[in-house]
Amino acid sequence: MSMKHLYSKGDRRFVLINSILIGIFTLSTLYPFIYITSLSFSSGFAARAGTVVLTPIDTTIEAYKYVLAQPMFWISYKNTFLYTILGTLMSLIIIIPGSYALSRPQLKGRRFWNLVVAFTMWFNAGLIPFFLNMRDLGLLDSYFGIIIGFAVNGFNIILLRNFFEGIPQSFEEAARMDGANEFQVLWKVYVPLSKPAIATVSLFCIVARWNGFFWAMVLLQDEQKIPLQVFLRHTISTLSDDNEFGASLVDATYSAETVTAAIIVCSIIPILIIYPFIQRYFEKGILLGGVKE
Amino acid sequence: MSDATGPNQENGEGLVAHLIDHFKKEWQLYVMLLPTIAWLVVFLYKPMYGLQIAFKDYSIFRGISGSPWVGFEHFETLFQSEQFIRALKNTVIISFYTLIFGFPVPIFLALMFNEVLNRWFKKTSQTIVYLPHFISSVIIAGIVMTAFSPSAGIINTFLGWFGVEPIYFLTKPEWFRPIFIGTGIWQEAGFQSIVYLAAIAGVSPTLYESAVVDGASRWQMMWKITLPSILPTIIIMLIIRIGNILEVSFEMIILLYQPATYETADVVNTFIYRQGIQGGQYDLAAAAGLFNAVVAFVLVISANTISKRFSRTSLW
Repeated sequence: MSMKHLYSKGDRRFVLINSILIGIFTLSTLYPFIYITSLSFSSGFAARAGTVVLTPIDTTIEAYKYVLAQPMFWISYKNTFLYTILGTLMSLIIIIPGSYALSRPQLKGRRFWNLVVAFTMWFNAGLIPFFLNMRDLGLLDSYFGIIIGFAVNGFNIILLRNFFEGIPQSFEEAARMDGANEFQVLWKVYVPLSKPAIATVSLFCIVARWNGFFWAMVLLQDEQKIPLQVFLRHTISTLSDDNEFGASLVDATYSAETVTAAIIVCSIIPILIIYPFIQRYFEKGILLGGVKE
Repeated sequence: MSDATGPNQENGEGLVAHLIDHFKKEWQLYVMLLPTIAWLVVFLYKPMYGLQIAFKDYSIFRGISGSPWVGFEHFETLFQSEQFIRALKNTVIISFYTLIFGFPVPIFLALMFNEVLNRWFKKTSQTIVYLPHFISSVIIAGIVMTAFSPSAGIINTFLGWFGVEPIYFLTKPEWFRPIFIGTGIWQEAGFQSIVYLAAIAGVSPTLYESAVVDGASRWQMMWKITLPSILPTIIIMLIIRIGNILEVSFEMIILLYQPATYETADVVNTFIYRQGIQGGQYDLAAAAGLFNAVVAFVLVISANTISKRFSRTSLW
């Protein structure tokens, strides 16, 4: 839309009020994060008294010291990195060739195979059969179960397939003339041309892995294997219960509130670091995935 | 499908020969497809076979196929169970309110973003409002629990300024839905506005140019050009949303609810989680899941069909 026409006084007033409203909405999105960050740097006493509103009160890093001294914090952080990196690689290794095959016109039964993928997006057996299946496969309480069990989803396959389909066949002719096989054509022609789509899918996988909670909680018993989100949940609910543990923290320079806030800040940081990349690709990604069923 | 368009399709032998030729030439494609299909079969289709325990008296020792059939017994139990009926009601109510209050927000947000002239301001505010979508539900729930805490939470601090006594929000059934739905809007509205912004970007500039010539104000153009132009997108999103009405983000509910708020918070999936995974009543919980999945399937397919008819070509 052309933005040059700002003729009337009414228009200028409208644009101003609109900007103020957007500003308010933006600040109200941002505020909880500011609040939590300030809380994490405040003293336990100030947090307990509810005096922290915008900036840290009695600034201290005691809560962080407490969090970083927890062995489980580091173990779960390491596990989350492991699940995120290996899980995303596993997803890409499976679905890049799969989506490529589904995009080829000469694939026999192509419509059937596409339906096999799409049907999983419409009908889901549900929590219990999935859980029992994981148990029957011996994938309870296993690193490998978490990595393989959530590697594929229909949306990502369709997103990649649509992108591959949009690449003109003329790009691969030179490679074909040189006698390249399908794997070489995919690797040398399609993958380099599909970097934005592959980046989008990778980021979806990374975010889903980093944030994954429910199934990790259900499938993993061994403390040594739990990811950050499960540790986070465990700590938050223990602290908020106001039981002995929570009470034991009150007298210190940190409190249940500041410790919770500090853990939250620590686990958001990696997402913030990759966020600029996420932003670059995901808008395109959503629109790509939605075009066709 | 071009399955049978080989050179010798008239007779069976020719077809076989043709297929052998095809696989000799194109076997690599099938090797590439295999891991994806195998994964789907092992992790998503095999559980569909396991759904039969909804009609069985399932015991771990006898296994899925060895357990005896009981017909619709579990479904009868479910529909006589107050807890299940309550969960079903809550699912629909929470979804319905989310739709009523949550659906318009991203539309207005997109319309408003479109009227922001300063590019830096627009980009920055978009970056910020998209962010919560990428934050885990555990963290969001942690923030909510901290902010609404009776002793130290910021909400009660604010209320205290107006002389209101601290409220223990998360133990009050009447507060659960407003908090859950509000949190959902806060987390997702910005991100959902992307679809509408894309639709707005596709509106022909000539419409605005001729309106400017006619002396239209920006306010008028927003209501009379932009909004009607994205109406098809709005309707498609609405249909899809109604199709997914049974899909409540139960992970967030598990994180926020507690026995004191079950009466307004417990939805079908949290019911299944408690009865099945925590309580070990796999067959009953699977029956609840099957009921949920079948209704959802019918709704989603109908929504898809309707939205396809509506859009004819493509969604966005």
